[in-house]
Amino acid sequence: MGISHLAILGAHPDVSIVGVCDTSKMVTDVLTKYSGYNCFSDYLQMVDKVKPDAVFIAVPTKVHARFITDMLKRGIHVFSEKPFCLSPAEGEPLVKLAKEKNLVNQVGYHNKFIGTFNEVKKIMDSGALGDIHHFVAESYGPVVIRKKQETWRSDPAEGGGCLMDYASHVVDLLNYLLSPVEEVLASKLQPIFSNQVEDAVYAMLKLNNGVNGILSVNWSDETHRKMTTSVTFYGTKGKIISDANELKVYFTHDEVPDGYSKGWTVKYVTDLTDQVDFYLRGEEYSAQIDYFINAILGKVKNNINTFESAWITDKSLSLIRQKAS
Amino acid sequence: MERILFGDNQFFAVNHISDEKSRAQSIRFKDDAAIVRTLDYAMEAGINTFMCTTHERIGNICDIIRANPQKYKNFKIYPCMPYAHKYANAVTELGIVGTLKQYVPGNFFGSLFKGGVAFLSKDFLKIMELLIDSEMIMFKGIDTPVIFLQNVVTDLLLGLGMKDILKGFHDYVKKKYNAEPGYITMNMPKMLDLLEGAGIENPIICASINKAGFRMSGGKAVYEETLNTRNFRPIAMQVLGGGAISPKDALEYVCSFPKIESILFGASSKGNIDDTVSKIQMFDGKRLER
Repeated sequence: MGISHLAILGAHPDVSIVGVCDTSKMVTDVLTKYSGYNCFSDYLQMVDKVKPDAVFIAVPTKVHARFITDMLKRGIHVFSEKPFCLSPAEGEPLVKLAKEKNLVNQVGYHNKFIGTFNEVKKIMDSGALGDIHHFVAESYGPVVIRKKQETWRSDPAEGGGCLMDYASHVVDLLNYLLSPVEEVLASKLQPIFSNQVEDAVYAMLKLNNGVNGILSVNWSDETHRKMTTSVTFYGTKGKIISDANELKVYFTHDEVPDGYSKGWTVKYVTDLTDQVDFYLRGEEYSAQIDYFINAILGKVKNNINTFESAWITDKSLSLIRQKAS
Repeated sequence: MERILFGDNQFFAVNHISDEKSRAQSIRFKDDAAIVRTLDYAMEAGINTFMCTTHERIGNICDIIRANPQKYKNFKIYPCMPYAHKYANAVTELGIVGTLKQYVPGNFFGSLFKGGVAFLSKDFLKIMELLIDSEMIMFKGIDTPVIFLQNVVTDLLLGLGMKDILKGFHDYVKKKYNAEPGYITMNMPKMLDLLEGAGIENPIICASINKAGFRMSGGKAVYEETLNTRNFRPIAMQVLGGGAISPKDALEYVCSFPKIESILFGASSKGNIDDTVSKIQMFDGKRLER
């Protein structure tokens, strides 16, 4: 239901929470009693009554398109959780509508607010790695580690499964750091414990810039305490390996960005992360919300994690699924 | 509280800067004997308080402590609850109601949800009390003078402004366990404001305090001002700033605040434990001389 979003927004000095909507009466009872929020069980009733400037949407993916459309039509800025929509066809009109209405629009791909990945972006854009000729993009974690009760996350029709729910993060990161997916050369959606959906995604991808690489994502890997996302880029003049905590760069030459040298340089997220005013579970979650609020206030451009960029990721996910079937 | 508290992140592969180091720790501490050996090193260095999450493996360590009463006669544990990943994974899997059904002991939930009986929000504090009891089972018979709420919960409640629940935790820990409640947070100044607003005076707050400003939300300046002017009992954690600062500079910084009652740190090797303890003692000595 987006309880973390709500807490971060609740602590935000530029935000007033004017309404909260959830289908669970237990949740709204607790939020009414202990937080004093004005709670609803019908989202349209909520927005028509409290007339918010902006809405955060954290609901199953299958209803993203409907909810987002309803908000945009009412002139409300929208932050939606990822993935954007069930299909590129569903998302395309929303991209257009948000642009036409000139509304701030953002999707919760929080990796773009992580210091190490942004440093990777800087190095990639500097060209110091030479021509990139290969990549490996990976994500592992312990989401489904045994056969278990089914939820919407285990229903492909609702946007469940490792591809949409988990691999989307690293595919989106790849789109951002290197280039969107142009073609899927091979792909396998692998169930491990789930009945209806895949628990792992393995694919060989060709990007728009012609670079080929490997995607390996598995949410049934309990050797990771939590989700671990990493990217490796191979260039003619060096190599980068980065996850959310640690960045390792190797340059074969001396013409390198400031703070680096020939051979290996290691940097940590602690040196690359800006302080946030309120911390819950990771700086990136607060940072992405700050960014959204600042975009509404006109303090920053609305050009990170836009609907359009998330829609491009939806297209990539769709290509991976098509190739597997 | 003792001046130095021993933490448990290293035992459970929690490492803020490197996944590789995290995996190495996971391999190193695979067996409970390796954890006990490291706790022995800490005790040899004069540390008698172990501040740990309610991770299921701590249950095994508690069994060992109970089986050796002579060895651990002065040993204390400060439990930090909940072990969040357990609940986070359960919520993803079972939903909120399913999770509560799984973890709240007894038939309380059976009767609460049977026949569509409405959930009453006043029962929420009762549910929290049952969850505290369930987390405390593993510590039966062990001295637990301070019981902490983990930052993932305290900071969530802080953001949601749920001060009555923090007060409920405070009251229950005092009444049922005759212990001091403690609050771990990544938002120390704001947390102190909220706790004071709930009528909790001089609370124990464990927060990141380090020379690098790492995880000091709102900035180092407001933390330093809070440490110098407000009435509370701070425990400094993440004093090395995730490894960004040299141990000497790091410990000199935290030891310079007379208000900081305790310093929490974790280490894997005897050398690092001894080194950290002796540096804290040295800087404490210097401050007292001044």
